[in-house]
Amino acid sequence: MNTQTKTLLNGILKENPTFALVLGMCPTLATTTSAVNGMSMGLATMFVLICSNVVISLLKNLIPDKVRIPAFIVVIATFVTIVEMLMKAYTPAIYDVLGLFIPLIVVNCIVLGRAEAFAAKNSVGLSALDGLGMGLGFTLSLTVIGIIRELLGTGTCFGLNIYPDNYGMLLFVLAPGAFIVLGLLMGLFQKYVKK
Amino acid sequence: MKKLESTLKNMMLSLTCITMVAAAALAGVNMLTEATINAQKEAQKQAAISAVLPEHARIADAELTGEQTIYRAYDADGQFVGAAVQTVTNGFGGKIKMMVGFDAANQIVNYAILEQQETPGLGTHIVEWFKNTDKPGQNIIGRKATGKMTVSKDGGDVDAITAATISSRAFLNAVNAAYAALNGGDAMTGASKQQHFELPEAEPEAEPEQDEVISSEAEQQVTADFVSQD
Repeated sequence: MNTQTKTLLNGILKENPTFALVLGMCPTLATTTSAVNGMSMGLATMFVLICSNVVISLLKNLIPDKVRIPAFIVVIATFVTIVEMLMKAYTPAIYDVLGLFIPLIVVNCIVLGRAEAFAAKNSVGLSALDGLGMGLGFTLSLTVIGIIRELLGTGTCFGLNIYPDNYGMLLFVLAPGAFIVLGLLMGLFQKYVKK
Repeated sequence: MKKLESTLKNMMLSLTCITMVAAAALAGVNMLTEATINAQKEAQKQAAISAVLPEHARIADAELTGEQTIYRAYDADGQFVGAAVQTVTNGFGGKIKMMVGFDAANQIVNYAILEQQETPGLGTHIVEWFKNTDKPGQNIIGRKATGKMTVSKDGGDVDAITAATISSRAFLNAVNAAYAALNGGDAMTGASKQQHFELPEAEPEAEPEQDEVISSEAEQQVTADFVSQD
């Protein structure tokens, strides 16, 4: 496997942000009430990850070590705000649901973590791939959690009715369901995928 | 290229440049999206207004009364046929912004939720629960508004959403406030709010300062009744 593929797959499997690194739990638990919400949150985070990784990798020699954290945060916050404005303008329905959690991408540990651990030390191309891989890993995890919670809780899957929602277990849409699903999935992931 | 040393000059220059570029980028994106964002909001509002009004030919300009905005509608002959009232209240998970339509006889024509952050699967049912014409207990469409509608748990005649009493109360408070605003009444005297707040001294756990603003009253109500949401 060459470096590129390895970098890309790293974020999806070996260092999956949700199930392996266990980073960014706040949006993971809060926004996965439905498959669409989880996926949208994942995609927004992926956009920020790729952009901030690229920019930070480009600027890595221009940022003195002692001010790197504030510099990284400014870069990340800029992209988060851009995503926020774009979502408000073009996907208002999703923005209404995710609302507060979009600005909170700024403090998502994955984004700063990848900037610090990867983008500040690697080339632009590899950093972009790392952002893409991590973003995909995060998006896939959130989507899977969202699908399970939505299906068990309200009987729909991406809004499609599977069974009448009177039979749904509301627990799964509420906070406890998030912890239960996340815990079980994390266990399964550790057993079968990560080994 | 060699990495810049962490000297004061380098650090200042580097951070200043980064923040300046970031500010410029944000200003640019803001300019590009601002018009679209406003257009989206306006389109959503217009759609809600026409959804909740009876048949009409013309809508008068918005009238602002405190937290409510009234859009009066007239038919081709200039007769008042009804009004859409945009109102806001505090729900279980945040602000509920909605549009309520009344006809000339103060009957509720329809309503539309513009913004809400209620619990998915529970409170979010406010979007369609109160317009289910098959269930007269919970339906408010076609009812004559009195400004004193409350859920059955509080002695009223509207069935609350199962396991989302607070969201239901908030919803009815908003409808009552809309009615009060339209009829020039005092928007602060919704029946369910009176019930909970007219005697602050009798309730030691109530907030000592009774704010006059409707939203904070609703908030206190949520706090006071938090335990009862099951």
